Amino acid sequence: MRDAEKRDRGLLRVDVDECKGCGLCVEACPPKVIGMSERLNHYGYRTATYAGAGCTGCGICFMVCPEPGAITVLRIVHRNADEGHGVEPAIVGASECASN
Amino acid sequence: MRKQLMKGNEAIVRSAILSGCRAFYGYPITPASEITETAALYMPRAGGVFLQAESEVAAINMLYGAASAGVRAMTSSSGPGISLMQEGISYMAGAELPCVIADITRGGPGLGNIAAEQGDYHQVVKGGGHGNYRTIVLAPHSVQEMADLTALAFELADRYRNPVVLLADGFIGQMMEPVEFPQTAIAPRQPEYAVTGTEETRGNLVTSLHLDIDDLEAHQGHLEAKYRRAEKCEVRAEEWRTDDAEIVLTGYGIMGRILKAVAAEARAGGLKVGVLRPITLYPFPKLHFKRLAERARVFVVVEMSNGQMLEDVRLALNGVRPVEFLSRVGGNVPSHEEVLGFVREQARRTLPAREPEEERMANV
Amino acid sequence: MSSEMASEYAVSHGKAKAFYERYERKEELQHQTHFCPGCGHGQVHKMLAKAIDELGIQNRTILVGPVGCGVFTYNYFDVGNISAAHGRAPAVATGVKRSRPESIVIGYQGDGDLAAIGSAEILHAANRGENITVIFVNNAIYSMTGGQSAPTTLLGQKTTTTPDGRHTATEGYPLHVSELLATLEAPVYIERVGLGDNKQIAQATRAVRRTVENQVRGLGFSMVEVLSPCPTIFKMTPVEAQRWVRDVMEKTFPLGVFRDRTKDAQPRQLPEAGPALEEIPRILGVDIEGLPEGNAHAMEHAAEELDLRVRVAGFGGQGVLLLGEVLAEAGLDAGLEVSWLPSYGPEIRSGTSNCHVRLARQPIDSPLVTQPTVLVAMNEPSLRKFHSSVRPGGWILYNGETFPSDCGREDVHVLAHSFTRVADELGDARAGNMVMLGALLEITAVLPEASIDAALRRLVKSPKWVALDERALARGRELYRESLQEVGHES
Repeated sequence: MRDAEKRDRGLLRVDVDECKGCGLCVEACPPKVIGMSERLNHYGYRTATYAGAGCTGCGICFMVCPEPGAITVLRIVHRNADEGHGVEPAIVGASECASN
Repeated sequence: MRKQLMKGNEAIVRSAILSGCRAFYGYPITPASEITETAALYMPRAGGVFLQAESEVAAINMLYGAASAGVRAMTSSSGPGISLMQEGISYMAGAELPCVIADITRGGPGLGNIAAEQGDYHQVVKGGGHGNYRTIVLAPHSVQEMADLTALAFELADRYRNPVVLLADGFIGQMMEPVEFPQTAIAPRQPEYAVTGTEETRGNLVTSLHLDIDDLEAHQGHLEAKYRRAEKCEVRAEEWRTDDAEIVLTGYGIMGRILKAVAAEARAGGLKVGVLRPITLYPFPKLHFKRLAERARVFVVVEMSNGQMLEDVRLALNGVRPVEFLSRVGGNVPSHEEVLGFVREQARRTLPAREPEEERMANV
Repeated sequence: MSSEMASEYAVSHGKAKAFYERYERKEELQHQTHFCPGCGHGQVHKMLAKAIDELGIQNRTILVGPVGCGVFTYNYFDVGNISAAHGRAPAVATGVKRSRPESIVIGYQGDGDLAAIGSAEILHAANRGENITVIFVNNAIYSMTGGQSAPTTLLGQKTTTTPDGRHTATEGYPLHVSELLATLEAPVYIERVGLGDNKQIAQATRAVRRTVENQVRGLGFSMVEVLSPCPTIFKMTPVEAQRWVRDVMEKTFPLGVFRDRTKDAQPRQLPEAGPALEEIPRILGVDIEGLPEGNAHAMEHAAEELDLRVRVAGFGGQGVLLLGEVLAEAGLDAGLEVSWLPSYGPEIRSGTSNCHVRLARQPIDSPLVTQPTVLVAMNEPSLRKFHSSVRPGGWILYNGETFPSDCGREDVHVLAHSFTRVADELGDARAGNMVMLGALLEITAVLPEASIDAALRRLVKSPKWVALDERALARGRELYRESLQEVGHES
């Protein structure tokens, strides 16, 4: 396991079946780590795609996304009690979301 | 003395509260305003809601809300206000929400006047709103029936999950007669479809929207089945000395009362006259008419409107007997004397024995 | 990504629990909303769902959906759902909240729904201070019907019904609903927010939560107006539409809090439970125990054919209706069948007024008295209107010194007197009706005095007036008896 200091604070998942490719998240993302997929999803939309690194876990992409569950933002859970993110550590392993 | 003297409009509200009604939303209009006023007085005391709405449009939609929340609810109005409520009535029929609407009719069209007329028959009995729906319509002819049929209206509204209209003219609403009420109040069970803001009702949905065409057709089929059931089970009419009647007089509400007086006097003069008074206007007592046609030679329809119920009588009889029509409108009432004269004239014209075939030809 | 990695991250922003897992709107598309890409409705839905989650009110929430693009709220929100007619959500919400005050009732409406067809309903719900939450999504256009103009359409904005742009001369000005409602006293919270950029969206999220929270706290009417993009109808990309909201729409509809009385507002108390069912008949005054015994025993020997048909007519204010009421009430007290029917028509507010009263042994067929046995005419116009209708052998009581000769009939009895003057001498001219009733009672000699007395006390609340009316009734009886003596002298 790598040292938490060196890892991204956030992580982004996009449900490709729910995303309609409006691109609002791409525009809204402060670190600009979201792009559009080359491939179309089942409904014929290009979908939002996480660049794979650089997410701060700010959650802005989630709030600008018009779909209830197309985007899920995760934040790193610090094992020590000084993180102050207010994140509930119990919700983990959201592998039901199709990610890309 | 176990009865009390009361206006029909006041009796409606008392009966409604005894029947478990706990929400009243209305807008004042002559000649129905006493209903709103009486509800304003008693509904809060009975633990219910009274609100004078900003319009009849709002009032009927407040009823929609109250009925969605599983509460027995009612409103009252008259012609012009009922016109405004038609939107909400259609929505309630579509969403299968029960409610009771008292229509104390006045003169129309437009502003018309505030005198008693029966010109709301079409807009109430035939359904004045959009879409394939029906309202059950009860037509009281006395203050006692105002009370009794209000109780029945709430029962039917719940049983059929449909709006029920109490259609009375200004006379029945404004007149005072002795009336008695049941001595026990009812607490109706909360319907299972209600949306009440609890965990148990969280999944419930009240809507009249069915976007899928087959879904809407199926929904209408379901509504139709209810109406067929009502037509089979809920027809009510009063017959007065029809056993041997050769002339059958028919009219509803206040006209039913006048027709009885006329029939009594006509009988004193040797004419075999009876009265058939529809109590349910929808479902219409078609079979009563058909049965009486076996003996009767002529039917006389008397209305305070221009031939609105007449159409239903003609449909019921389907041409097997002549149907004569007398009407006064604008607030005029066909008087006892006027109707009696008309009946005597019909007797002269019709009663010399003729074969039905010959009779039908004569009417062509 | 490996599960090993994911196990060290936790969801911080995910789908709200207030949403259904799947949307059973159609066979297909069960994990997508029906909204177009970039539609503001989706964002507002998420804000609302988040607020419901955070406030822990999912079970208590009742969402009243609109007609418009937001019509399918019930497909998405796992709460109690009611869909309202176009514009009527505030009225429907009122009906729900008043009967279920412990529920959280949220109306969701677009600008066509709320600002046009439902302008009366929102205005009055706000003015009553209904303790409801209103989410008002304003995108300056009718989207669902294909881009017609709305009351909120901007000046110059082209729509399918303002093809050359909105002009003040023909379509007036954009309607500022938040500012309008903020002129009312009752609302506790009104804010306009936008979906124009990240910052606006964050503020909108807080405002939506606040309007819901206000209701949870019982504070009263709260509304948030959300300026929202419609990329499809605007014919813009989602990002362009978003920026248009910020850069163009906001110039017409400035953002901000227009009303905040949440600090002063007193939380509303839930209404007390209603009375026990057994109490209801008494509350309504219909319990048998509360009803008088009556004096039917005094009428045991009355004739079976007893059938008194009275028409009372006069000017408004002469006590026409009360005279009839006392007569009918007394008849009921005496165990008779009775009916009382007021006249109806243009004279209800002024001019002549009249009523029909019947008292009989047998059930009363028609309550209309077209041929009275007694006509009580309180003035000359009334006499002229009805004198010819009196049945042969009947009576006319006329309130006047001299009976007009052209109204004379051979076949009816007449008692003409200035009953009003008599009443005036007794203390108040307004008791003239009771003087006439006294005469009528003496003439007809049907009702026991005990019944008259009981009726008077039931209908006249003031003891002073009861006393005066009793004197008036007695004087009326005397007048009739005196008239008999006069006739006796003459003959």
